[in-house]
Amino acid sequence: MLSLPILKSGGLTQKISMQQSPARTPATVIPLRSGKPFAQVAKEKLAAVAVTVIPPLIVLVLLLLVWELAFSRPGASLPTPIQVWREAQDLIRDPFFENGPQDIGLGWRVLVSLQRVAFGFGLAAVIGVLVGALIGQSVWAMRGLDPIFQVLRTVPPLAWLPISLAAFRDSAPSAIFVIFITSIWPVIINTAVGVRNIPQDYRNIAAVLQLNSIEFFWRILVPAAAPYIFTGLRIGIGLSWLAIVAAEMLTGGVGIGFFIWDAWNSSRLPDIIVALAYIGIVGFLLDKLVSAVGSIVTRGVQAS
Amino acid sequence: MANNSYLKLEQIGKSFSRGAATTEVLRDISMVINEGEYVSIIGHSGCGKSTLLNIIAGLTQVTTGAVILEEREVNSPGPERAVVFQNHSLLPWLTVYENVALAVNKVFANKKSRAERHEWIEHNLQLVHMLHAKDKRPAEISGGMKQRVGIARGLAMEPKILLLDEPFGALDALTRAHLQDSIMEIHMKLGNTMVMITHDVDEAILLSDRVVMMTNGPAATIGEILDVKLARPRRRLELVNNKTYTEARSAVLEFLYARHKAPTIAA
Repeated sequence: MLSLPILKSGGLTQKISMQQSPARTPATVIPLRSGKPFAQVAKEKLAAVAVTVIPPLIVLVLLLLVWELAFSRPGASLPTPIQVWREAQDLIRDPFFENGPQDIGLGWRVLVSLQRVAFGFGLAAVIGVLVGALIGQSVWAMRGLDPIFQVLRTVPPLAWLPISLAAFRDSAPSAIFVIFITSIWPVIINTAVGVRNIPQDYRNIAAVLQLNSIEFFWRILVPAAAPYIFTGLRIGIGLSWLAIVAAEMLTGGVGIGFFIWDAWNSSRLPDIIVALAYIGIVGFLLDKLVSAVGSIVTRGVQAS
Repeated sequence: MANNSYLKLEQIGKSFSRGAATTEVLRDISMVINEGEYVSIIGHSGCGKSTLLNIIAGLTQVTTGAVILEEREVNSPGPERAVVFQNHSLLPWLTVYENVALAVNKVFANKKSRAERHEWIEHNLQLVHMLHAKDKRPAEISGGMKQRVGIARGLAMEPKILLLDEPFGALDALTRAHLQDSIMEIHMKLGNTMVMITHDVDEAILLSDRVVMMTNGPAATIGEILDVKLARPRRRLELVNNKTYTEARSAVLEFLYARHKAPTIAA
């Protein structure tokens, strides 16, 4: 350890100022480790996973227990979990079996339903964003269209089905239309809000740069409103999934909605319960998917 | 910057009306700004300084009068009157480089090649000492750095006039001092015309060639224009005891706090 010289006023400071700057040598780069041993890092990660996964698992087990106890008397109206497992094992264990044209696994049925959702929701997303941007930007479009939208959006999806069947005369496009008309409203409304919330400063920049309408739409409006748009899309995808299951109950076909209705007509309650579980899980995954796409597209930028 | 950037404000008046009520914000503002000048506009809050700047920028329309740039009337925004906003207003989904590129690619789409534009963007970022952070997003840089990028974006448009709306108002005192020095350095290097709004007397006198003092609203107008006859380059530490500086400072303070006091809030 060097001992520091005692500073005297004048003499020593003068000497320092007359010293040459030290010769430059390239710095040595030393990689830093986090300092934690692997075992500890692994333990921390495991703990984080456990904290998220174990509480819902415990609650699930408790709920199953309550369900089992509530309906275990003979002659109970609903089957118990154990009964469901016994009678519908094949459905639970193999989602993708194919025993015949009408006897396919629930996984296949879900995919058929998802295909219709993809068409209907895809259409709703594109048209919804465009119309929402129009309402958000133009006061007169808002005054003209908004009251009509507010009335139409309260009509439940199934109420659209008869009109849709009469218009399209075929169950496939009718189902897609029902999905479209159900899921478009949150997309329109949220997009309009997002567009209205574009900060005046961004509009001023667009004005100073003299951006034309198309440039403004793609470079400023869509990125600025993106968090709101994706909120609308998330709500929309949830509603689409609700709508397709309901629509399929009435229109038939191969989807999972029709499977529930058919199982009800054949009094196969365990099958219905398994189908419900599938529907819930797929709905959850769809929401997570749209949310993940949203955070990638918006690159984590929060709504302004 | 060899263009003739002669800016004339002719009897500008601005009133806002909502329903039946009309408020006259600006009245009879007339002045001439010469090429290469640095002009500050100072006044109490609510006297219409930002409105005046927005009128020069073309973001607000005049009610009476006209803004004349190089013998032609201007009443809509454009990149030849670039604006640096108080809130930097960088687009948060673009990096620093992309924010400046947005302006450059739009303004110089047909006039410079892609390579030239890239070089020009980097040149402007280097001017404000932000080239090292060109791939960062606005959320990852400090307020002072964001404001620098805002200035780089304004300069990159090669404007005839650079309009600055309280550019350093949202920053702490130390950063403000650094940025004031930066902008003086840029002004000396480029010789462009700058119009700045501020409510900081020291900043106005340090940076400008002329200080325009506005009276209080409503119907605010130009009270006085002070010529700041200090040689450039100006260093703040040297100016502290400079007679011209202190006289200019008292003149402005006297205008603002004695003759045109801020209207007191009614009890």
